[in-house]
Amino acid sequence: MRLPWTVEARAQRSPFAPLVAPLAAVTATILAGLLLFTLLGVPVTTAFYQLLVAPVSTTFNIGEVLLKATPLLLIAQGLAIGFRAKIWNIGAEGQLILGAIGGSLLPIWFNDSQNPMMLVGMALAGSCFGMGWAAIAAWLRSRFNANEILVTLMLNSIALQLLYYLVAGPLRDPFGFNFPQSALFPDVAMLPTLFGGARVNAGLFVALAATVAAWFFVERSMTGYRLQVGGVAPEAARYAGFSEKRAIWLSLLIGGAAAGLAGVFEVAGPLGQLQRVVSPGYGFAAIIVAFLGGLNPIGILFAALFMAVIYVGGDIAQASAGVPYAVIGILQGVLLVTYIAARLFVDYRVRWRRSAARVAAH
Amino acid sequence: MDSLTFLLSGTILAATPLLIAALGELIVEKSGVLNLSVEGMMALAAATGFIVVSATGSHWLALFAGGIAAMLLSAVFAVVVLFALGNQVASGIAVGILGLGLAGLIGTPYEGMTVAPMARAPVPLLSDIPVLGPGLFNHPLIVYLVPLVAVLLWWMFRTAKLGLVIRAVGESPESAHAVGYNVLAVRFAAVLVGGFMAGVGGAFISVVSSTLWSDGMIAGRGWIVIALVVFAMWRVERVVLGAYLFGMFAIAELLVQSMGISAPSQLLTSVPYIATIVAIALLSRDGRRIRLNAPVSLGRVYAGTH
Repeated sequence: MRLPWTVEARAQRSPFAPLVAPLAAVTATILAGLLLFTLLGVPVTTAFYQLLVAPVSTTFNIGEVLLKATPLLLIAQGLAIGFRAKIWNIGAEGQLILGAIGGSLLPIWFNDSQNPMMLVGMALAGSCFGMGWAAIAAWLRSRFNANEILVTLMLNSIALQLLYYLVAGPLRDPFGFNFPQSALFPDVAMLPTLFGGARVNAGLFVALAATVAAWFFVERSMTGYRLQVGGVAPEAARYAGFSEKRAIWLSLLIGGAAAGLAGVFEVAGPLGQLQRVVSPGYGFAAIIVAFLGGLNPIGILFAALFMAVIYVGGDIAQASAGVPYAVIGILQGVLLVTYIAARLFVDYRVRWRRSAARVAAH
Repeated sequence: MDSLTFLLSGTILAATPLLIAALGELIVEKSGVLNLSVEGMMALAAATGFIVVSATGSHWLALFAGGIAAMLLSAVFAVVVLFALGNQVASGIAVGILGLGLAGLIGTPYEGMTVAPMARAPVPLLSDIPVLGPGLFNHPLIVYLVPLVAVLLWWMFRTAKLGLVIRAVGESPESAHAVGYNVLAVRFAAVLVGGFMAGVGGAFISVVSSTLWSDGMIAGRGWIVIALVVFAMWRVERVVLGAYLFGMFAIAELLVQSMGISAPSQLLTSVPYIATIVAIALLSRDGRRIRLNAPVSLGRVYAGTH
């Protein structure tokens, strides 16, 4: 199979090139969404309204978009730092679950607490739990050279089982009629909401602060620079004396802390207790967000918002038009697939073989 | 049925889909491609297979249709990573999410429905052995065919030219290309075959072993499949061993619960994942051994097409 085209890396790119692929992917995903809704019997105009207009039309819905953007933004910023260093942490879902567990311990154990520092303690515990879970992969990679993709994947599944065990036993609400969930958190353990009636909470500010911090870390700090050199040119990094082990630990710990914090914000925000389901796949969706944002802190901000619109649009369509919730997954998949396809044309010069031959003849 | 027969028969039924899907993933990874979308492929195949068996009543057609559905999904993955040079990890995750979404969508009208079980094909004489017979030799025909596929693949990767070409492409695509093999074609075919086999495994779960459809029923088995291939160090004979071992853990969980032993079932469910992590660590600590076992170019983008 000789492909009818050849690819070669572009030597120079227009300053707008980084925008082309994400915009093409977003457009393609919107079109795919409209097509899908139409096939499911929703009129095109209604579909367009539900998918794109409704999520940003009422105060409550805007709040929902920001609520779902919070964990995506936080996790994706953490992951992108590792991805730039070519450290593939696929375990954000598990690190989020551990963060939710760690963040739940204080409000479950001190259920009638009035302590105003409760949230701070929860955030610390949750991010430490997320970091600790990621540290397993970091240790195995730096000590035994164990592939972090596979280890973090396995840790996702183990984290889920750990959560099931805890909510069915040690952390279950003793007055909860045997339901697999913890007691409801006290008021001091709940994040304050931001504006009237909407569920978006103060976690959003932390995610935005993380975005600013990520920008400085990536663009302005020596450590961030070292990580990136390690990813782009490992030989050069080694020659310059940048430690690979340090890069592994740093990448995974940052990713784990961010995902853990996102887990705390779920239980201290919309959930208000520890349950069997603490995330609708945010840890995996954040991988898509990180790539769609071009592993760039500013790009990730917009990617997280768009992904959140898909979540909310899907919710609305399910509630009002009976469109299955599963369309959200389909649109997420389409988003990354089209993004990668578009990147081919941005990063490479794609030539048909016929014209390439003609160029060679000249 | 006494508990030993139940354990044997249950192990075989739990292991068969893991085995066929893991053998498929093994082919893919041997060719140097890491396809992490197994969970989504199996889910889509399970839904497709269930719909086909509901409509036609043919379990064989359902298994085949499941395989085709997953193969089409794997073709999307193959185009993205082979032709669009996409990152294999991110693309695999995304295509997996896509597959789970498609499965949920087409399966919605069938949620909670059941179908008739597949006809059993007891092996003459062998199935009359007390305890062992009904446990091991009284299953639908497909159950006995899957280990034969393993034998075929074991032979293929050891001696057949095709197996050696796939291995060469996975070890060093540049060298394989230099001696005249078409790297992209081999990898494309490997991904499609692996997709088909993951699909048969997924459809097996909905139409043979559980005979029902419910969204999310694959329940992490796709991740077990990926664990299995690594746990087996990319060796066919160890995939077989590992599949029956992991299958036994799935059944032991039910057995332990029914016997009233208070070991948390979640711990048993986690054993395959923990075992895999330990195996990765043990294998990787010796740099030479990991190089001998893991396909060298696994997960790397190959852009040298001209």
